[in-house]
Amino acid sequence: MSDTKVKKMLFILSKATLENVYAAFVMANGARMEGIESEIFFTFFGLEAIQKKKLEHLHVATVGNPAMHMPTMLGGLPGVEALASKMMKKEMDKLDMPPVGEFLEILSDSGCKLWACKLAIDMFHLKEEELIDELDGILTIGDFYARADQEGTHLLFI
Amino acid sequence: MKKVLAHKEIEVNDEGYLLDFSQWNKEVGEALANEQEIQMTNRHWEVIDYIHDKYKSEEPLSIRGIKKSGVLDIKEFYSLFPGGPLKKATLIAGIPKPKSCI
Repeated sequence: MSDTKVKKMLFILSKATLENVYAAFVMANGARMEGIESEIFFTFFGLEAIQKKKLEHLHVATVGNPAMHMPTMLGGLPGVEALASKMMKKEMDKLDMPPVGEFLEILSDSGCKLWACKLAIDMFHLKEEELIDELDGILTIGDFYARADQEGTHLLFI
Repeated sequence: MKKVLAHKEIEVNDEGYLLDFSQWNKEVGEALANEQEIQMTNRHWEVIDYIHDKYKSEEPLSIRGIKKSGVLDIKEFYSLFPGGPLKKATLIAGIPKPKSCI
């Protein structure tokens, strides 16, 4: 148990762009390393990050992302998003940031709970076997709030 | 600031990390572990040895490095040093707290 006032961090990951997925993973892992409990609830497009076939193919957004400093028209051309994603993954590798699949293993081994949103699973017609083996379960939003019911818990929507 | 550990005067920073690794010995490590409520076993010392090796070869420590270490896995690391394993293990090992975010 940590000495900090924050005892538990619950992340809701609703997007599957690389920058959002890594933000959630780095913060969830960082919490565990500080002795803070952490859990991630994957919902809507966030589910892409826990689908075996999709998780290693996530992209950074090149359209509608002013921080890419790239004309919107250019960002929409075929292959540009893939190239930008490849470059970003290369930079992340230099910093010893693990790929998505390995990062999920690290999180699970570190005691971070990984949950999928039931409603989104039903909406996308996903089957449990399509999801990563490290998944701790499929929750309703009510189940998720029950996990937040303790002193010092913070929720963060990404 | 100064602190007496295992009958030895030691320089530590405000988080309790040793400022000078040459002041470290096994007894000091044991005393630091006790302050963290960790009872050192042979297995703990094997991990501390691994951390010292990395420190001496100036390789940065990370949780991913632990996974690849071949010494122990992440689950065991968390169970040996509960509540922030890299932070606690480096403190006990007498080396600076890792600056990495991963």
